[in-house]
Amino acid sequence: MLVLIGIAVVVVGFVARINPLVVILVAAITTGVLAAVGPGVDARALLTAGIDTISRFGEAFNDNRYFHITWLVLPVIGLLEHAGLQERARDLVTQVKAATAGRLMLIYLIVRQATSALGLTSLGGHPQMVRPLIAPMAEGAAETEHGPLTNKARFRIRSMAAGTDNIGLFFGEDIFIAIGSIVLIVGFLEQAGVRVEALHVSLWAIPTAVVALLVHGARLLMFDRQVRRDMAVPDVVEDAEAGR
Amino acid sequence: MITLEHAYVATGLMFAAFSILSLRDPLNPTRFRSALFWGLIAVSLLFGSWLGGLGNGLLVIALVVIGAMGKLGVGKPVTTTGEQRQAGAARWRNALFVPALMVPLVAVGGTLLAKYTPAGAWLISPVQTTLISLGLGCVVALVVAMVWFRPPVMAPVQEGRRLMDSIGWAALLPQMLASLGAVFLAADVGQVVGDLVAQVIPMTSAFLAVFAYCAGMALFTIIMGNAFAAFPVMTAAIGLPIVVHQFGGDPSIVCAIGMLAGFCGTLMTPMAANFNVVPANLLELPDRNAPLNGVIRAQLPTAAIMLVANMLLMYFLAFRF
Repeated sequence: MLVLIGIAVVVVGFVARINPLVVILVAAITTGVLAAVGPGVDARALLTAGIDTISRFGEAFNDNRYFHITWLVLPVIGLLEHAGLQERARDLVTQVKAATAGRLMLIYLIVRQATSALGLTSLGGHPQMVRPLIAPMAEGAAETEHGPLTNKARFRIRSMAAGTDNIGLFFGEDIFIAIGSIVLIVGFLEQAGVRVEALHVSLWAIPTAVVALLVHGARLLMFDRQVRRDMAVPDVVEDAEAGR
Repeated sequence: MITLEHAYVATGLMFAAFSILSLRDPLNPTRFRSALFWGLIAVSLLFGSWLGGLGNGLLVIALVVIGAMGKLGVGKPVTTTGEQRQAGAARWRNALFVPALMVPLVAVGGTLLAKYTPAGAWLISPVQTTLISLGLGCVVALVVAMVWFRPPVMAPVQEGRRLMDSIGWAALLPQMLASLGAVFLAADVGQVVGDLVAQVIPMTSAFLAVFAYCAGMALFTIIMGNAFAAFPVMTAAIGLPIVVHQFGGDPSIVCAIGMLAGFCGTLMTPMAANFNVVPANLLELPDRNAPLNGVIRAQLPTAAIMLVANMLLMYFLAFRF
């Protein structure tokens, strides 16, 4: 039960808004040390446990370096922004009269879910698609409809664009049989002595995928009304961070 | 053959360049700390395999200390003005989309080639093929963009640094959380949580068992930030022994929908940094550091409805097929 204190550290740290990097490291060391606590364990053994935990953390950190490969896209995206990519995306959308922020994101949701279901998960993503294309396009469409956006409306649209990418990915990818989660399910069940077909597992992700499309799609169709309400909220003081 | 190690070297060199340019940027209020931070990430990417567990652990501690000393400053790289960009948009028109779309297309194309053709298998390593192909796509797109638009030579590094500074230390969060997961796993935290949920909810009916399994998946994912970490724990504690064996649910349906219930948790938590926190930084949301930032709030209604939907779907499908 003592190891649960590590989880408590994470929750309290996040709620107290302490720097998450610190929270995570402290939680890891706490967990590792407390796991070693038991009858007849002296301070020296706990110190060893702490050092072992730091080593284990370092090893895992090294194994998980692959997250950083995604950042290789930043020079390309930055360069295209330098040449006017976001402006072009905005201009292109303003030419389509029927485009609204909600309808545009609905189309993106369908495309994202369908391509993820085919295993093409890297077609979307926040650095590659949302920041350079989807968010500016949705903002452009809303600007054509409502005029210059208030901060509240602008950040609402950006948040929804990021969320729509996640939702399309999560409720699409499991339909593809060779995705990590399906592999994990089949492997786990096999370890437990239950044999299932990967195809069978992935087929049963379809009902949830359909419901997700209906639920989030309906929210996106109602989204433009939300943006209109946000347009009624004037910008308070120019936020130093937002205006950067 | 292109391997993961090559992708690390490319990424490491990029971070080394960010580090040097930050150091030489007098307009960055924390240029020394920024340079050290990006520099240490470069060291990890270039030499991490030779540092050993404790060496990497000390490197992490150094990164955390630098990150904890306060906000990392945002540099002022040379970039274009709004008017210049508007002019660029008018000049290049849809050509601007070509390199942007090349990144995912090369990523997907490379993955498929490596899987299904001998030439592709010879070119790209079978370990982490998608990530290697993604890195390849970035490099190819960058070369195309440089040749096509002829920007200043340093533009890609400067523009990349502009975006990296806007992400700041959040860039490290996904990796840190994954490492925390490894420590939790070694300390058997999962088993303890699984037993606790099993004790709190009396599983006297199939519906209560489904409820406990789905709620446990979502809750544990909210804590860990990753449904993959929650799945073995909750399925071993509740899903398999109770929903499947005791009440006779179909294992494929129970596990498929159980995993998706966990994904609802991913949509609700700042612990899933790469999905919820990094985009908030990337899109420069004012509330990016709040526990419930704009991205999570945008997702919450969908996630809550989908969690209930998953419970109902599992209850109505798993015992029928």
